[in-house]
Amino acid sequence: MGTINISRKHSLKEKMYIIAILQGMVITLRRFIQGFFLRRHSTILYPEQKRDYSERFRGAHFISIDQNKTENCTACFLCETVCPAECIHIVAEERDDEQNTYGVKKEKKPLSFDIDALRCCFCGFCEEACPKDAIKLSRNYEMAVSTREEAIYDLDFLKREIKGRG
Amino acid sequence: MENHFDLLSLDPVLVTAMLAKIIFVIAVCLGVVPVLVWFERRGAAWMQGRVGPNRVGPFGLLQPLADVIKFFLKEDFVPEKSDRFFYYLAPMVALLAPLGALTVIPFGSFVQFGDYQIPLQIAKVDTGVIFILAFAGLEVYPIIVAGWASNNKYSVLGALRGSSQIVSYEIAMGLSLLSILLVYGTFDPQAMVEYQSGTLAGFLPKWGVFLNPIGAFIFWISTFAETNRLPFDLPEGEAEIVAGYHLEYGSMKFALFFMAEYVAMIMASSLLATLFFGGYSLLPGMGSVVQILASAFGFGAAGTQNLTALFQFISLFSKVAFFMFVMIWIRWTLPRFRFDQLMDLGWKILFPLSLINILFVGCLVYFFKL
Repeated sequence: MGTINISRKHSLKEKMYIIAILQGMVITLRRFIQGFFLRRHSTILYPEQKRDYSERFRGAHFISIDQNKTENCTACFLCETVCPAECIHIVAEERDDEQNTYGVKKEKKPLSFDIDALRCCFCGFCEEACPKDAIKLSRNYEMAVSTREEAIYDLDFLKREIKGRG
Repeated sequence: MENHFDLLSLDPVLVTAMLAKIIFVIAVCLGVVPVLVWFERRGAAWMQGRVGPNRVGPFGLLQPLADVIKFFLKEDFVPEKSDRFFYYLAPMVALLAPLGALTVIPFGSFVQFGDYQIPLQIAKVDTGVIFILAFAGLEVYPIIVAGWASNNKYSVLGALRGSSQIVSYEIAMGLSLLSILLVYGTFDPQAMVEYQSGTLAGFLPKWGVFLNPIGAFIFWISTFAETNRLPFDLPEGEAEIVAGYHLEYGSMKFALFFMAEYVAMIMASSLLATLFFGGYSLLPGMGSVVQILASAFGFGAAGTQNLTALFQFISLFSKVAFFMFVMIWIRWTLPRFRFDQLMDLGWKILFPLSLINILFVGCLVYFFKL
């Protein structure tokens, strides 16, 4: 291989640097005026303004509900099986005959549905595996909690109403 | 030597005036520092398309206050194997040296108070420029002492870089100063400003920068090195020497270094303004403003003089503010020089250039009685 020398002779104008420095100063002055007078900036002032993530963004989980506020989940265990992080824990139960107006469609229901958000890697496999479109990932990315217990989402939390993709 | 402050016959008016001047200068300097820190951060943000600190107070103006509270609440940490005496001495000297140099910089001609003419300069020293140079040279010592006393190899490296930088710059700075001293023929800053107050060829103000542009340029570059501002802030360096000479300093001791940098900026800018940009002499057009205002309010001779003094201070302050803006502007434009490039610039370009300039200016002064 050997070394390839890519250096070249610099002209006197280039060696003076002053012209280049002045060009740079003009650029910074222009940016300064833009920032100072026109208030033009690329910063997103976070708590007030929020970044609009794409529709495909995978954030906090939720379980979709139907018009009777019943969860669409039928505790089929597909998401728990596919989950690579093993963060979904479902306990299944049979729906009472009196309460089940859906017939065979929703015979089974989850007694508890826990997602450990600290283990979750937000791969979205659960969403892909779900035959009922029950478990979904919303676009909400503000998931900070102050204790570890709060990061384990239970069924009541997951069944919160989310419009569209959140 | 004209002595306006005689200890044996203490005149209460003069003592009060002296104290008032001292308090005024210190208050202006230390009052400008937080604004400057704020402007440095927000200006940098504007130049980089960001917003900068805008949460504390209106426009984030109270951010320096919050910083000070933070500095006070930090642990006052002293490294175990440091040299205690010098470790504490360095930040004090760092702040005191530029403040001391400011004592001989005139910020106005004089104020008429009854029968007294109070010159607006804390210490009227005939060898004023030498005095300033001595105190400006003292700014290197805190860097070296801090780096050595904190007993840390990165600090020592920063100190070494700082001292070698100053060695390669003080000569060019001194020689450029010499060339302008040839023109003025005096060491007294007040006399220099008087010399610069006329006009050149009818329209240009008779500033040192028009009489000796190369000297002014070299001196201007040297002030960057003198105050350790970018592109010559070799004593610091986040990437290669962690922080630099103030690596082991925390809480208010670091804040002192931080303030010292900005006070040094004020000092260097006012020195540049005094030597090359007419000092407190009125900006073009301001003389007629003073005339109009004085006649509009019907001021007497004393009132007109005091009004002139006020406008002289405003002229000096706006010049200093401009140079400080340029310093911040350059800081966020240019990257830091590499060590050998800096040496090259100091010894191979600026040193010969300033020597040639002295010869040139000397010939001009000798043959044309500039």
